[in-house]
Amino acid sequence: MRLALERRAERSVFIALLSPLLAIALTLATGAALFALLGKPPIEALRIYFFDPLTDPWALQEIAVKATPLVLIGVGLSLCYLANGWNIGAEGQFLIGAICGGWLAVKTHGTVAGFWVLPAMLVLGALGGALYALIPALFKVRFGASEILTSLMLVYVAELLLDYLVRGPWRDPKGFNFPTTAEFDAVAAMPTFIEGSRLHWGAIIALLVVAWATIMLGRTLRGFEIKLVGAAPRAARFAGFNDRTLIVVTFLISGALAGLAGIIEVSATVNHLQPNISPGYGFTAIIVAFLGRLHPVGILIASLFLAMTFIGGESAQIMMKVPLDLTKVFQGILLFYVLACDTLILYRFRLIFAPKVAHGVR
Amino acid sequence: MVDAALAMVPELEIPPSPDDLPLLEAIGITKLYGDFVANDAINLEIWPAEVHALLGENGAGKSTLVKMIYGLLQPSAGEFKWQGEPVELAGPAAARARGIGMVFQHFSLFEQLTVAENVALGLDNAPLTGIEDRVADVSKSYGLPLDPRREVWRLSVGERQRIEIVRCLLQDPKLLILDEPTSVLTPQEAEQLFRTLRVLRKEGRAILYISHKLEEVRALCDTATILRGGKVIATCDPRAETAQSLAGMMVGGEVGVVRSDGSKKVGQPRLVVRNLNFAPDDPHGVKLDGVTFDLAAGEILGLAGVAGNGQDELFAALSGESLADAEAIKVDGKDVGRMSITERRRLGAAFVPEERLGHATAPRFRLSDNALISGHAASPMVRRGFIDRGQMLAFVERITKAYDVRKAKPDPEAMSLSGGNLQKYVVGREILREPRLLIVSQPTWGVDAGAAAAIRQAIIDLASRGAAVLVMSQDLDELYEISDRLVVMCAGRLSAPRTTRRADRGEIGMLMAGVGMKGAANAARA
Repeated sequence: MRLALERRAERSVFIALLSPLLAIALTLATGAALFALLGKPPIEALRIYFFDPLTDPWALQEIAVKATPLVLIGVGLSLCYLANGWNIGAEGQFLIGAICGGWLAVKTHGTVAGFWVLPAMLVLGALGGALYALIPALFKVRFGASEILTSLMLVYVAELLLDYLVRGPWRDPKGFNFPTTAEFDAVAAMPTFIEGSRLHWGAIIALLVVAWATIMLGRTLRGFEIKLVGAAPRAARFAGFNDRTLIVVTFLISGALAGLAGIIEVSATVNHLQPNISPGYGFTAIIVAFLGRLHPVGILIASLFLAMTFIGGESAQIMMKVPLDLTKVFQGILLFYVLACDTLILYRFRLIFAPKVAHGVR
Repeated sequence: MVDAALAMVPELEIPPSPDDLPLLEAIGITKLYGDFVANDAINLEIWPAEVHALLGENGAGKSTLVKMIYGLLQPSAGEFKWQGEPVELAGPAAARARGIGMVFQHFSLFEQLTVAENVALGLDNAPLTGIEDRVADVSKSYGLPLDPRREVWRLSVGERQRIEIVRCLLQDPKLLILDEPTSVLTPQEAEQLFRTLRVLRKEGRAILYISHKLEEVRALCDTATILRGGKVIATCDPRAETAQSLAGMMVGGEVGVVRSDGSKKVGQPRLVVRNLNFAPDDPHGVKLDGVTFDLAAGEILGLAGVAGNGQDELFAALSGESLADAEAIKVDGKDVGRMSITERRRLGAAFVPEERLGHATAPRFRLSDNALISGHAASPMVRRGFIDRGQMLAFVERITKAYDVRKAKPDPEAMSLSGGNLQKYVVGREILREPRLLIVSQPTWGVDAGAAAAIRQAIIDLASRGAAVLVMSQDLDELYEISDRLVVMCAGRLSAPRTTRRADRGEIGMLMAGVGMKGAANAARA
């Protein structure tokens, strides 16, 4: 008897939907083992991580707040990945979006600028992110440079640029030498639904983006083009689609959404620019995109789940004294399991009971 | 035991064998996929120094059987004996270790690697040093010319097949399985392959030969096993049968003969190619050199030639996948040389490329999505950028009905169809758009007799409705069967056209080899 991997005739839709759930279950099991090794009670730790956030109204709101940037970035990244373009630099596009939108907030600070400031900031943020993503796309199309490397390296450029700005030219003169800009004016802040709550209109923008992407991918020729170029490049050329143009287009969209996420995050929750405005949303969104099957609705669900791990991680740090980096470990394990379980979409396990036969033949 | 087996196949000639045992024996081999019986209690004997044909329509279970022999699939019941002893062929490596080699119909080659690197990857525990020399040696001594240092993506289908054959020969196999090996070769190349195979037989090797070309099976094979619906219908000596009787056993009925209704009217020139010079991006590609020809409405022009002589480049230039000079290609008097493939489709042109999986269709896309690949240019399937799934499914249904595409469910992935059925789908997809101009490459490559006849008939019918059709094929019989005029391509140049009925096969063969091609472009213009 042996275990074999057998290729399926068709991809299994059932497994495609089951795979993320399987991956989550395996992640929980691995997590429990990890906690046990750290000498923490595993069941209680998992409860704090993955269950308690769902029972607390404050935490539920916070999940939506943290999921918002993940949805926006994840949807954009999924378009790149579907078209076989590997944008790893959403974190950088997120920061540049925050910088470009934040620039207007800093420049209009203390003036009598009106209601147009916030919309203009959003536009600038999206534009900045898009242009920043255009760099690796053009390098890829023009010179054949690997977009994986160039987009990733541009993340560090963006981080250092932000660091320079908030320590240098944009630093708040009344900020006691802290590396931050001045607090944004009210016209530059994203309004919340209810006074005192943190849930803001950015969440609605994220939902609109999900709706747009669902329709675009499922119902339009452009969506078909994205999927075809990624799945069968030669057939795509036969269909008359230009894969180079599409790399540029998907990177522009993806960068714009990451930049939009950046400026929304800054204007809604942080309210000023500072070196650490992202707990790694741009990288977590890569996991979100795959966990969500590169499908907009899946990405929405995956974003909520990963947002929960951020909240759970914070409470676990407070209540159980485990390091915050454990959250990143969880996210890494999760991505590992998702990709591993995806094997089952195209292959299946099969127990083979073969009669024992002699192996040596003369 | 041996006597009993022989009694079942009385026609079998017994070649001399040291211990009177078949090299490979299949006993009651059965393969189930759920409820579907792909192979039903197959019995088969292959003897050393025997060329054994495996005949059958698409879906008859030939591929399933040879995949089990090669260890890619495991039988649900039954067993194999190798030289008289039961064996478990757990995987291709185990099969190769016994001395079983296989050349697939769909090649498994890494496009970015060289010929020698691909060969090395397919060998078990082969020393990497000197592999180029060994490839060169084997390819030379068996008459399969190959440059070991070229990258695979630059090679034609015919050349790629040679890699697979050389790769098997390097492993010194006792049993060589060939799946549709001549489907991409010229008559001369096929004859060369037969010489190679006869040498291999003389060396005592057994060959399991899968083919639909009945004449070639009769010329080459010692024994034929005919499969239909997963069962062995007959085992016979093909030399004692006629092609008609073999075909009858294969399909279980009479095979239709392709014919045109004779009321053909050739009209105005629709496609005019004048002095088309085209240098492909790939430095190893074939440069088109002054290609000139006319194609009239209602006419089928056959383009013969050995694989890799510029047919791919000509297809790319005519389809718009690559751009040429604007005036070099005219459709109905309009310059189209710089138009995209989508714009050309809107002018009423349709194209069927050589590779059905990956080029004509996306393997993992459903047939309805694959309908959009050429259909988005001009059809009600797309309106203002939005796609209409209902229209797409209806179109798939129309293709299925008109061309008898057999599939397990209404809208399967392209990859799950058999080669013949997918080809019928692809040809049907283009013809149902009622193109005014059809350019088709290798319309029946690796397709069984029934499907091939249906496809050729569809092409003839389209032309008799007034469309201009260019057929590029390496199957000369096919071109003689369906074309009105013939041109030959060699080294990027095109011969003057000949009326097919009066074209001498010997002369066409010489042109394919490049003899007498000089001044061809000028002659065509006259």
